[in-house]
Amino acid sequence: MNLTLHVWRQAGPDAPGKFVTYDADDISEDASFLEMLDIVNERLIAEGEEPIEFAHDCREGICGTCGVVINGIPHGPQKGTATCQLHMRKFADGDEIVIEPWRAAGFPLIKDLVVDRRAFDRIIEAGGYISVDTGQAPDANLIPIGKETADLAMDAASCIGCGACVAACPNGAAQLFTSAKLAHLNLLPQGEPERLQRTESMVDVMEQYFGSCTNMGECESACPKEISIDFIALMNRDYLKAKLANRRTG
Amino acid sequence: MLDSKVPDAPIQTMWEDHKFQMKLVNPNNKRRFKVIVVGTGLAGASAAATMAELGYDVQAFTFHDSARRAHSIAAQGGINAAKNYKGDGDSIFRLFYDTVKGGDYRSREANVYRLAQVSVDIIDQAVAQGVPFAREYGGMLDNRSFGGAQVSRTFYARGQTGQQLLLGAYQALERQVAAGKVALHTQQEMLELVVVDGRAVGIVCRDLVTGELSRHAAHAVVLATGGYGNAFYLSTNAMQCNVTAAWRAHRKGAYFANPCFTQIHPTCIPQSDEFQSKLTLMSESLRNDGRIWVPKEVGDNRPAGDIPESERDYFLERKYPAFGNLVPRDVASRNAKTVVDEGRGVGPLNNGVYLDFAEAIGRLGRDVIEDRYANLFEMYERITGDNPYDRPMRIYPAPHYTMGGLWVDYHLMTTVPGLYCIGEANFSDHGANRLGASALMQGLADGYFVLPYTIGDFLADKLNEPLVDLDHEAFVDAERDVNDRVNRFLSIKGTRSVDWFHRELGKILWDHCGMARNKAGLEKALAEIPALRDEFYKDVRVLGSADTLNSSLEKAGRVADFFELGELMVRDALHREESAGGHFREESQTDEGEAKRDDDNFRFVAAWQWRGLGTPQELHKEELEFEYVKLTQRSYK
Repeated sequence: MNLTLHVWRQAGPDAPGKFVTYDADDISEDASFLEMLDIVNERLIAEGEEPIEFAHDCREGICGTCGVVINGIPHGPQKGTATCQLHMRKFADGDEIVIEPWRAAGFPLIKDLVVDRRAFDRIIEAGGYISVDTGQAPDANLIPIGKETADLAMDAASCIGCGACVAACPNGAAQLFTSAKLAHLNLLPQGEPERLQRTESMVDVMEQYFGSCTNMGECESACPKEISIDFIALMNRDYLKAKLANRRTG
Repeated sequence: MLDSKVPDAPIQTMWEDHKFQMKLVNPNNKRRFKVIVVGTGLAGASAAATMAELGYDVQAFTFHDSARRAHSIAAQGGINAAKNYKGDGDSIFRLFYDTVKGGDYRSREANVYRLAQVSVDIIDQAVAQGVPFAREYGGMLDNRSFGGAQVSRTFYARGQTGQQLLLGAYQALERQVAAGKVALHTQQEMLELVVVDGRAVGIVCRDLVTGELSRHAAHAVVLATGGYGNAFYLSTNAMQCNVTAAWRAHRKGAYFANPCFTQIHPTCIPQSDEFQSKLTLMSESLRNDGRIWVPKEVGDNRPAGDIPESERDYFLERKYPAFGNLVPRDVASRNAKTVVDEGRGVGPLNNGVYLDFAEAIGRLGRDVIEDRYANLFEMYERITGDNPYDRPMRIYPAPHYTMGGLWVDYHLMTTVPGLYCIGEANFSDHGANRLGASALMQGLADGYFVLPYTIGDFLADKLNEPLVDLDHEAFVDAERDVNDRVNRFLSIKGTRSVDWFHRELGKILWDHCGMARNKAGLEKALAEIPALRDEFYKDVRVLGSADTLNSSLEKAGRVADFFELGELMVRDALHREESAGGHFREESQTDEGEAKRDDDNFRFVAAWQWRGLGTPQELHKEELEFEYVKLTQRSYK
């Protein structure tokens, strides 16, 4: 298939950026989206033009490194699919494709399609863990956990930290990412002791970097792992509880 | 002479006794020791977190933007542990036995026994961290049996076990970052090891965003930098996996062991075209319910559904009735290659075999299959456009894991004092073939439960030793070398891309040092690789500059090291005139075409010492003794 790409090129955080148009001819529909970009880059190198920088690594939809906005949609048109798992058979011959980086205040641009998502790590550092040192653990089967609880925690834990939720949000909010980690840990009995403190700390750090949630739901539809916004409700409830608990004790 | 430092004690009590024998660092003194950990996958993140919990001053480095991205995250199937929760006769000794046997008797018994022992602690630790392993309705942990095992000892979190274990280790690491115990350096690639008086004293890194070089000193350096499967270009590894950190250490004195022991995983999606950038693994847990077959007749191109049962060859079930589709990876891979080479391959390029779920769906119902494999089936459909509920999957082997790596002793220390190597990057536990669900186990065993103890033994008598000054000439020289390499790539200004050279190297290695190897092919590769490397240094084109994000430049350095490693893989494969596990020498097979070991001549670890570019490495041997597992020809019939 033959395609026309409009790709955001920007040499660095402070450099001016612009869309540059490239022909992507003779692309197989079995190619992945990133393989299509590989081919374009090989041709650019042959012509002496610097290749397009884009973040990627596992190309199996699990490491969360990749992600671009494709025709206005983070990760592109296929539901529940990260950019690296999107294949060209989802496009048609002659298509024009606009490719942009995640655009959000919390994710400063590094170069071309690559952004800095380290604010997510700051949120995890605020409490996205269970405080147990190596060697302290009791036997794994000592605490039975119902299958439904374990499955729900797993649903939340499947977040890959790609940032599509933030990119999709008109406010650049990170509620889906934060609430998924909170739900994963807060739903499990192991996470219960730190539940309220964790929720309050992570939400507070989240708000330092990201916008506010206005319940648009765009995050859920962009999420490559189809994580539910129900977790945001759970987070909000726990946050309120944490605030009330602090008011009583503090 | 290589000293493996295996304690003289019965294997069952060796590790416990040894933990008592080793020197300790007083808890209050641990903060006075600085330890560098390079890599934040399962092994690196768990080691960095645990050492920080113990009190060491830890500096962790990753080339990723976050410590959550390493390729450990992609492991699908599960993690083994000798918990015997199913009461089906599993034990530490059985896991040890299976691992030594599965590794085709080319691993060190003492290390493997310790691995089996601490496997049970890993599960406890992971559950306490909140890893959401699969559960039964009663709330107990679920287990399944996994490639090559006749007991159910594999713990799993859907098809995302690696992800969940890595997130557990990453979160433990971030907890220490928040506590100020770990300084985490992201987007920093280690490009040189610094050695003074034979001891590892630090590293030089390049900031991948700014291009800035930096020097870091420590009392000990730990490499947890993964495997070298990407030497083949096409593999199931993530695109950025590379050998550079380990290779730089090799060039500074760390012996590289058994580089020819590479694992070709049987269940990957076949290549569809030249542009393909990587191969995707389909978890081998699929082999629990999928049946592998090809048409009996050569050139039978009918759709799978039109081929009647009587005209199908379920070749693994036919040849290995006891293990059937669950034979170890090397055996499954070679048999797939045999039938494809016979012309019985399936798919548009006749380069795959079927993995068929029709019988399992009929027996268990679609719901059960969906519950077990839904995410894998979806992944397959995304990539191929085919729906495996209706049509059998097509699979073919692909490079996946590397058993070889830096040689380490019982303490996981390399031949460079003060330099440790853990996880896939070392050679130690899997011999010539790794069993399914054992990579996660080894990475976490090394990181949580072995290295944090053994490193104390090295550090204990170095209290009050100052760090080597960053202006020391060894640091200056190392940084200059890195700078020269970076500038060299940019100044060649040739005509071909880095990827072009990488693809060509990959083809040579796959053709001659892949699933089957022979003397003539290996000698050919040994001539072709240096020639291609020379061309690379004359004709590679790396555009852009060194002071900004430049992925072609990053990759040029990695491919340059793959050339040198590739040559050593071939040299190792050529010298090992036996078949063992993933290393199949066509000259050494049984009458039935199975891998035939030569224990009289090759019952050793081949550890290679760098002798300078253009000079072949020198071979050192670690003889392997098998006191507890009797040497037998593996048979899965």
